[in-house]
Amino acid sequence: MEFFREPNFDFLGKKWYFLAFSLVFSVAGLLSIFFWHGIPLGVDFRGGTLVYVKFSHPPDDNAIRAAMDRANLRNAKIQRYGTNNEVLIDLDVRETTEQALDQGKAQIINALETNIPTGKEDLNNAPVLSVANYLLEKDPLRAGTDARQRYTGVAQAIVDYRDKTKGGVLNSFDELKGAVDPAVVSSLQEGFFLSDFGVRNVEIVGPQVGEQLRKQAVLATVYSLAGMLVYLAFRFEWIYGVAAVVTVFHDTLITVGAFSLTNKEISLTVIAAILTLIGYSNNDTIVVFDRIRENLKLMRRESLSVIVNKSINQTLSRTILTAGLTFLTVLALYLFGGEVLHNFSFALVVGILIGTYSSIAIAAPILVAYQDWRLNRGKRPQVMVSGKDAAARREKLKAKA
Amino acid sequence: MNKNLGWKAVLIAGTLLVFLFGIFGIPKGFSGQALSDAVQDRINLGLDLKGGTHLILQVQVNDAVKVESENAIQRLKESLRTHKINYTEISQPDAANRPEQILIKGVPPETSGDLRSIVSERLPEYDLSSGTENSWTVTMKAQSLSELKNRSVEQAIETIRNRIDSLGVTEPTIQEHGLGQYQILVQLPGVDDPARVKQIMQSTAMLEIRQSLGGPYPSEQAALQDHGGVLPPDSELLPGTARAGGGEGGESWYIVSRAAAVTGRDLRSAQPSSDENGAPAVGFNLTGEGGRKFFAFTSAHVKDSLAVVLDNKVQSVATIDEPIHDSGIIRGRFTEQEVKDQSMILRSGALPAGIKYLEERTVGPSLGAESIRAGVHAAIIGMAAVLIFMLVYYRGAGINADVALILNLIILLGFLGFSKATLTLPGIAGVILTVGMGVDSNVLIFERIREELRNGKTPPSAVEQGFSHAWVTIVDTHVTTIVSAFILFIFGTGPVKGFAVTLTFGLLANLFTAVFVSRVIFDYILSRKQRGEALSI
Repeated sequence: MEFFREPNFDFLGKKWYFLAFSLVFSVAGLLSIFFWHGIPLGVDFRGGTLVYVKFSHPPDDNAIRAAMDRANLRNAKIQRYGTNNEVLIDLDVRETTEQALDQGKAQIINALETNIPTGKEDLNNAPVLSVANYLLEKDPLRAGTDARQRYTGVAQAIVDYRDKTKGGVLNSFDELKGAVDPAVVSSLQEGFFLSDFGVRNVEIVGPQVGEQLRKQAVLATVYSLAGMLVYLAFRFEWIYGVAAVVTVFHDTLITVGAFSLTNKEISLTVIAAILTLIGYSNNDTIVVFDRIRENLKLMRRESLSVIVNKSINQTLSRTILTAGLTFLTVLALYLFGGEVLHNFSFALVVGILIGTYSSIAIAAPILVAYQDWRLNRGKRPQVMVSGKDAAARREKLKAKA
Repeated sequence: MNKNLGWKAVLIAGTLLVFLFGIFGIPKGFSGQALSDAVQDRINLGLDLKGGTHLILQVQVNDAVKVESENAIQRLKESLRTHKINYTEISQPDAANRPEQILIKGVPPETSGDLRSIVSERLPEYDLSSGTENSWTVTMKAQSLSELKNRSVEQAIETIRNRIDSLGVTEPTIQEHGLGQYQILVQLPGVDDPARVKQIMQSTAMLEIRQSLGGPYPSEQAALQDHGGVLPPDSELLPGTARAGGGEGGESWYIVSRAAAVTGRDLRSAQPSSDENGAPAVGFNLTGEGGRKFFAFTSAHVKDSLAVVLDNKVQSVATIDEPIHDSGIIRGRFTEQEVKDQSMILRSGALPAGIKYLEERTVGPSLGAESIRAGVHAAIIGMAAVLIFMLVYYRGAGINADVALILNLIILLGFLGFSKATLTLPGIAGVILTVGMGVDSNVLIFERIREELRNGKTPPSAVEQGFSHAWVTIVDTHVTTIVSAFILFIFGTGPVKGFAVTLTFGLLANLFTAVFVSRVIFDYILSRKQRGEALSI
């Protein structure tokens, strides 16, 4: 099977279309960044408190809103999350000071706990320790000397059953009867009640860490680009490095723009995805560049634009196949990888499309444009030679001097 | 040629076995359950997959510097007194921001030589510089300062480890975090309610027994009014804990002496105990030296009150009925659990500096379990799609690619098993991405072989050419990706680090499988073909 048998498209002839396409997307992203959504930062970077709550029934947004207002958390954002009755409650960094880092979390949980029977604890949000201590006190199993150990085990089993089998929320005490002794269940009923929600995940990031992580993310991206520039300048010529970095910058801009346009939050894992894209897009670019370098040696009489176009066509089959296969895996991640990886895989889905496009439409034309520019200024087209030739030329220049 | 192939096949089989061992160890059985247990035993899951708490702490190292400077001031005052050098004031001009500085005012010019020799002898880790109007500034040397700060972080890590260990948290991670910002990373697998652990970690456990000069007062103003607006010399106002007495649940304030009779350093041990009414209390014993100090203090202050001060809060106040030697109790309407925690904290030693929480993340085990399921699900679907596509598109050679890919995955997981690196959810994504990017090398090679075949080369020479041309490109692409993964590893934390690790391992494994293994399979197929027979690609 073969999709492309010796393709011969005139890619360079369509460079104005490519430029227009890239401009439209970059400008749309930039407009959104500067005038619309900005760059939506995740809790990692802006600081704040996120509490993921799972309800036993479809949650009522208005009731949650009202509960937050009662607790004086008027800035709380309430979002539906995932598919199974989950809600994400988001407090911004003003309510997350380092003096009382987890205060917001406690306030949220307290606000949601309505109709608490007096003197009872909420089993859906109780840690192992408090269940164990309660059982130890009541001693429903008439345990002997190893009571502490035994009840800790029972408490762990209850919490595991709640979290792992029932997905975090118990609906009734009867559900527990399959997991632990009925005597334990009836004892629990005296001291505990079941609320209609369980807290699944909490993220609290203080303002200092947020700022630190922002700085680190920018540094990581910049170092990554610089590392690439240096390696390519060393392996090829510096203009190849510049072309690759411009290309990757273009990809990053459009991907971040896509996050801004769709108002999805950029978290630490999204930065990891973007750095992967930088690597991936660069991969694609290098494959084409390698071919250009090879063809420069083989076809000395041809003009650069012919060589570049031929190289793109020769590698086209590989480019499309790899992009398609990687896209397939990333799509699997996007569709089946779960809510936590959603934004991460979104970045990869967008980035792989853009990264593949850009190595054909941006990186290679930059080389040609640079050469044309040099020729117009009356200089020798000396840049487009292989690394080996360049090294030899440098030696010669040194010898002259 | 054939003999050579044989050796290569042995090498590949050996690698396969070694890395299979890396994944499974020696499993107890071969049922699905036994194998899955074996994998979970070998491969370290990150907090985001198994649930737990992740905390980042800031060690307030300036606290430790401040204490050091206060000690230095004491030593300095003593020496100046014994050498009969006059001064008007010795103080820390900016204790909050520059605690390493001490200012000495009003030293007569003729004694400056003596001052110099005292500082260089008694305070070797400080530099002396002269200021205006007979004042001098003593500043801690930069090297001593950074040593002190680093030592505080190390001590804090040690103390926190002692406390967490005695809480029975399994496999905690406690290490310095970040690049020289005096932060500590604490990971507590399986801890879903960090409130109690956090409180125990944060307690600086600075125990002091001081003389109580008055209190409790309902407010600071009330305390000042009682003394005509001025505190007695060498005393300060400290808040009491809610239980220390005073108004129920309201504020309480005490006037206590600045100097402590004994401190936590004089403590030999602490254990749960009870007071004369049978209520829970923390009992403590002092060291020999501490006991002597305490005896001297209590002998001189019979019928006065003493205050037990913990972390700058007055815990309890008691009247000294008779001189005490070396043991006592701290009362404070504690519960039994609190008494246990408190004695453990006191035994584990004081933190050299206060700590502040900067970040807290708790992943409930239910979410972790769901994430694993979703991640594995996505990995299997993605992998299957790629394997089937390669078979359809490259037919015979597709088997090559599929074998290489599966081997790549085994090596990657085996690496994780051997290195005890952590597999996080983004790490699983890294595995999936490796499958996608790993197949790239095969595609590059196969496309090149097809091209060479089209140009009329014989199968053996097309394979030879395909591999050698693609090799250059493969090295370039792998190096650049590993560069970005490496940078991620340096800058990332937790989950992101896990991603960088799997991506790097995956790419390294890919160099072996996609190039070496795939080549061996080609050579084997070619060696069995007649001259001129076509290659299935």
